[in-house]
Amino acid sequence: MLKTFPLGGIHPPENKLTANMVIGYLPIPENVTIPVSQHIGAPATTIVNKGDYVKTGQVIASIKGFVSSNIHSSVSGKVNKIDTIIDTTGYKQEAVFIDVEGDEWIETIDRSSEIVTEIKLSSEKIIKRCLESGIVGLGGATFPSHVKLTVPAGKKIDLLIINGVECEPYLTSDHRLMLERGEEILIGVAILMKALKVDSAKVGIENNKPDAIDHLTKLATGFKGITIHALKVKYPQGAEKQLIKALINREVPSGHLPLDVGAVVHNVGTAYAVYEAVQKNKPLFERVVTITGKSLALPGNFFVRTGTPIRKLIEAAGGMPDDTGKIVNGGPMMGKAINNIDIPVVKGTSGIILFPHNESERSEINPCIRCAKCISACALNLEPFLLMTLSEKGLFERAEKERITDCMECGSCSYTCPADRPLLDYIRLGKSTVIKMARERNMK
Amino acid sequence: MSPTILITIISLSLLALISAVILYFVAQKFKVHEDPRIDEIQAVLPAANCGGCGFAGCRNFAEALVNADTFEGLNCPVGGAEVMDMAAKILGKEAPVVDPLVAVLLCNGTPEYRPRTSKYDGASDCRISHNLYIGETDCSYGCLGNDDCVRACSFDAMYMDTATELPVIIDDKCVACGACMKACPRNLIELRKKAKKDRKIYVACSNCDKGGPARKACKLACIACNKCFKVCEFGAIVIENNLAYIDAKKCTFCRKCVTECPTNSIIELNFPPRKPKVEVQTETVNG
Repeated sequence: MLKTFPLGGIHPPENKLTANMVIGYLPIPENVTIPVSQHIGAPATTIVNKGDYVKTGQVIASIKGFVSSNIHSSVSGKVNKIDTIIDTTGYKQEAVFIDVEGDEWIETIDRSSEIVTEIKLSSEKIIKRCLESGIVGLGGATFPSHVKLTVPAGKKIDLLIINGVECEPYLTSDHRLMLERGEEILIGVAILMKALKVDSAKVGIENNKPDAIDHLTKLATGFKGITIHALKVKYPQGAEKQLIKALINREVPSGHLPLDVGAVVHNVGTAYAVYEAVQKNKPLFERVVTITGKSLALPGNFFVRTGTPIRKLIEAAGGMPDDTGKIVNGGPMMGKAINNIDIPVVKGTSGIILFPHNESERSEINPCIRCAKCISACALNLEPFLLMTLSEKGLFERAEKERITDCMECGSCSYTCPADRPLLDYIRLGKSTVIKMARERNMK
Repeated sequence: MSPTILITIISLSLLALISAVILYFVAQKFKVHEDPRIDEIQAVLPAANCGGCGFAGCRNFAEALVNADTFEGLNCPVGGAEVMDMAAKILGKEAPVVDPLVAVLLCNGTPEYRPRTSKYDGASDCRISHNLYIGETDCSYGCLGNDDCVRACSFDAMYMDTATELPVIIDDKCVACGACMKACPRNLIELRKKAKKDRKIYVACSNCDKGGPARKACKLACIACNKCFKVCEFGAIVIENNLAYIDAKKCTFCRKCVTECPTNSIIELNFPPRKPKVEVQTETVNG
């Protein structure tokens, strides 16, 4: 019997159309726009000026505060301007515009294809390298990795968990990476283990990727302390708390972090980025992005330089189909629809999905019939129908008591609702309002 | 009469008498003294409990009026001068003259002038779409059109115009309670001084972007060209954050700025038609 988390969860159609597509390299575009905020935390401070020549891998915006991240140039060329761009939400954000000239990398990066197995750096140096290389969580949340690797005093970590679940339908970037860069990922895991000073790591992979499980299990025999675990397919298993529960049966209490139960979770994509940063000295300016959709001519997985417009990615996949109704940045469950395809690929872009018209429109909203399907689907034991009503009516204090801030916005409730009620829309509103209220209260 | 009935009547009467005496003394002992004028004033107030005065309801406001030394800063926008004078009479005070206000929408981005670039099909709530993204147009300041303000209005003074996709404020019904102002996540509603015959001149735009991007998003956007500022002889216009603002207290309704505005973002309402010698370039859109 395969393991999974016990509470809630749903089984959306998988639609992993690109699972067999080898990761290609997207050509470098003529211009890139690199936002200075591609992570959770304070935006980085721009340190280049208009007219400067930058090389690939050079820092163009430096870390500001502890919870922040360095931003590196993904191309070589001249800084055209530093201006605002429209980001995924449509609102403005600062970005560095670079006109590409050739592809000259900074000298310190080891560009050979040789795999470096020996880990020379000490724990502190690894964390420092992650900070310098701008490594953030590549699962989608883009939380700076050096923060997660720095264990606060008094806390004890005994296990590293590696997230290879990729529970979002459609997305295959982690799956392909595990198949094609398996050894590098495992070295990355070993590096993370050394940084955290733990001697065991568990890699959780859902059972819909048997090839990746076999491949990594074979490779893992050469690594001490790393074990590969197949998990039963269920969304949202890729969420930290659910993965910890599924793998080691520890429950992270409401309002706490995985740290509090002695575990740290990192994504396989992050492990690969850590390998490149520590062993090859290559900062994070490139990632795997899945471009997919049922009507696309050539869906696929690509290594994409950050700052590349999404338009280029769609062109590489055979152009935008005529029946496109919605373009989603991220997975279909948690991703956000975008209203502009000139926005750049950033560190957190795991996939771009083009939905045809008939699949993109939301149905008519009907009254709640109290069927409690949303409660059964919630992996965090919340009552989504109640949280929605409370947010709708502006009863935010009550919503706070009902643990609205625990919600991870996985969308299982909205997915399962037979009346097509916009549960998550209102819960998001309530959650952001409650967080704002709590912040104001703490300031007093 | 049987003795049972007699005993019952006597004992119950006695019980009632004793209870009445106890209740009387208890009521005397725990009497809550309340100013009778609070009741009187509450009777005068409109009983809308809209919160436009800044208090939780009409009773709270009546209490505040009785306890206040002067009426400074206290005003019932719903009742207006008439009600405030009546309240002042009861308390033997003077009610200061407060200009009546009316709500106006600082956006005129109809689909014709502000093209829709995406379609929003989430929950119909401005707060949600504002948190989520820029909205259906490219203007990050303009009206989202999901009728939060209309739902907030308890005086039926607003409705959504399906053609312009903007809310419309009915001047006669608007009491300037400010509920719509609080409901709007983009602060697009302003309470302006009410003028004679409901005449209005104001900049129906809130876009703080520079001219280029603002105009790209909406043809009626204020581009802060300074033309209105220069033409105004009364110093009623200030330009701040790439946006012009007309001070209703200084404005004399000369309408010079309206003709001067190259983007028609300044609108005039409820004026008689202009004389034909001045060439009117475009119709103003009622909003």
